[in-house]
Amino acid sequence: MNEIKTARDKWLTAKSKKKNRDINFETVSGLPVEDLYTPEDIKNLDYMKDIGFPGDYPYTRGVQSNMYRGRLWTMRQFAGFGTAEESNLRYKYLLGKGQTGLSVAFDMPTIMGYDSDHPRSLGEVGRVGVAIDSLEDMETLFNGIPLDKVSTSMTTNAPASILWCLYIATGEKQGVASEQLTGTIQNDILKEYIAQKSWIFPPEPSMRLITNIFEYAAKHVPKWNTVSISGYHIREAGSTAVQELAFTLADGFAYIEAGIEAGLNVDDFAPRLSYFFNSHIDFFEEIAKYRAARRIWARRMKEKYGAKNPKSWLLRFHTQTAGCSLTAQQPENNIARTAYEALAAVLGGTQSLHTNSMDEVLALPTEKAAQIALRTQQILAYETGVANVIDPLAGSYYVEALTNKMEEEAEKYFAEIERRGGVLAAIDQNFFQQEIADAAYHYQRAIDKKKRIQVGVNEFIDPNEELEIELLIIDPEIERKQVEKVGKLRRDRNNLLVGDTLDALRQAAQGTENMIPFILECVKAYATEGEIIQTLREVFGEYKEKPTF
Amino acid sequence: MAKKIRVLVAKPGLDGHDRGARVIARALRDAGMEVVYTGLHQTPEQIVEAAIQEDVDIVGLSVLSGAHMTLFPRICQLLKENGADDIMVMGGGTIPEADVMALKEGGFAAEVFTPGTTIETIVEWINANAKVQ
Repeated sequence: MNEIKTARDKWLTAKSKKKNRDINFETVSGLPVEDLYTPEDIKNLDYMKDIGFPGDYPYTRGVQSNMYRGRLWTMRQFAGFGTAEESNLRYKYLLGKGQTGLSVAFDMPTIMGYDSDHPRSLGEVGRVGVAIDSLEDMETLFNGIPLDKVSTSMTTNAPASILWCLYIATGEKQGVASEQLTGTIQNDILKEYIAQKSWIFPPEPSMRLITNIFEYAAKHVPKWNTVSISGYHIREAGSTAVQELAFTLADGFAYIEAGIEAGLNVDDFAPRLSYFFNSHIDFFEEIAKYRAARRIWARRMKEKYGAKNPKSWLLRFHTQTAGCSLTAQQPENNIARTAYEALAAVLGGTQSLHTNSMDEVLALPTEKAAQIALRTQQILAYETGVANVIDPLAGSYYVEALTNKMEEEAEKYFAEIERRGGVLAAIDQNFFQQEIADAAYHYQRAIDKKKRIQVGVNEFIDPNEELEIELLIIDPEIERKQVEKVGKLRRDRNNLLVGDTLDALRQAAQGTENMIPFILECVKAYATEGEIIQTLREVFGEYKEKPTF
Repeated sequence: MAKKIRVLVAKPGLDGHDRGARVIARALRDAGMEVVYTGLHQTPEQIVEAAIQEDVDIVGLSVLSGAHMTLFPRICQLLKENGADDIMVMGGGTIPEADVMALKEGGFAAEVFTPGTTIETIVEWINANAKVQ
């Protein structure tokens, strides 16, 4: 070590005569980056304890022993728009192109628990995702798609329990038992209060719905991922990589603690929790983030929460490339950005990946743009050879030092959150929201002042640029059709039965029973999502945030 | 001393993305304006009521959900009905160029800033165009 130190000093002296470029050498998150990394920077690292082997504790090198040599990551493109009929066609198109899992995007009314004919839904039906009002829509969405063969991820949070029940009921109609269903509901309400802001109920009843799901899934839908703990939106809201890592894992710990507090055995639900991270443009920082995340989770689950089943120690994650890193200017450049971000996700050991389409900063993706995004993943998987070796960057002085640094910085945040009384208390104190808002502001300032270069935005600008790509237009007719459809449903169904199932749910919500079987009865009676949410809203109330900036 | 420009930054509709709205709200305050931020999930009625109560010069609407062609005209109509159409409306968010043109030509927005706009551009535009009462 001494020899290296001496040699490094000598090298530094020689180098000090050379001029550096006039920029701040730091990561996107603002962590300082040294000119060079040597064995000195990782001298305290213990290979067996801190890095280990893939598939072995603490899983720094990956959660499976053979990683992509056994099976490539799942290529799961997020899609959905308009009506269930149109989204069903897009899913069949994507499956036909070689996509291996589905990922459903819902529209804002569905996300916020309003039916398509609610006044608040005006202008929003089918815009940013598919409109789902009842079991009828869900049956259409998966028409001809066998739910025992395809795994489905659904981006739903506040109304996750309802959409999950709709999926279970759709499976039943297809003759697929709930035990056979595979997939994920995002169901991460904590990040809604922290970053994504699509909440309905206050935190306490929201957490109860989530622990009800844990309990029900353990018994009846054992292969389902019950929460996808999402850093993605924390990052999109403007956080740094360190904040994404720390806040997301803190949410994960909060779900573990809630499950334990609800009387569940940690090993009965922890193996079904998965993660969802962002892959931003700073290549090495992102890779270090994933490696640190796995190590932190494994250590906490084993040492603090006493999980005995190794599956509870594993941090499995889906990744999406960073929508917020894409630019409206020279949108074709986004293809290159997405490719680098996808490479970081794969070198970081992701289990599934969504690559963004180049036009997402302007509108929902066109078919062509979605195909290029999927092809980007396929080129990475089948042509570049990066999937042939497991965790090829391990032992890199820089990557290991950065992994340690990310872990260290995350631990500082965990201590701060604990000092504030835990995640729910910190949300109430506006702690996360303020930290993220500050980071977003500083990032925007850095771009405005050209302290950070964004190609096509503040450098390499084309003053005569004209948008040459085609955009997806959502037909306003969709809203009218969907409103008509839900009206017809209300006339045709057995409204007495709907009323009875909603009353039973209301009573369960007022008590302490598990609410999932009651929600399941409501959806099977063709109660609408909006009606079920309204029933729960009357019992639980609505969350109100304190608006700050 | 010149009267400060008062701005209401509002998030109409159901979408929860408020990164842009918060960054702009803070930037306008740092540029010396008085800024009120409504918070999320506001109805057009709530926004117009707040604009009148707060006696603002400008309402800045941030929309990402694609509902802009419904929400902007509705807010302008309500401002007019309440005799408050001297309040200028501007917007931002994921709004396609064709819709930007339609909003401006229809008189539903004095200006619309889409992704990639610098804070300085917006501040300068407001300083040049705000009609301070």
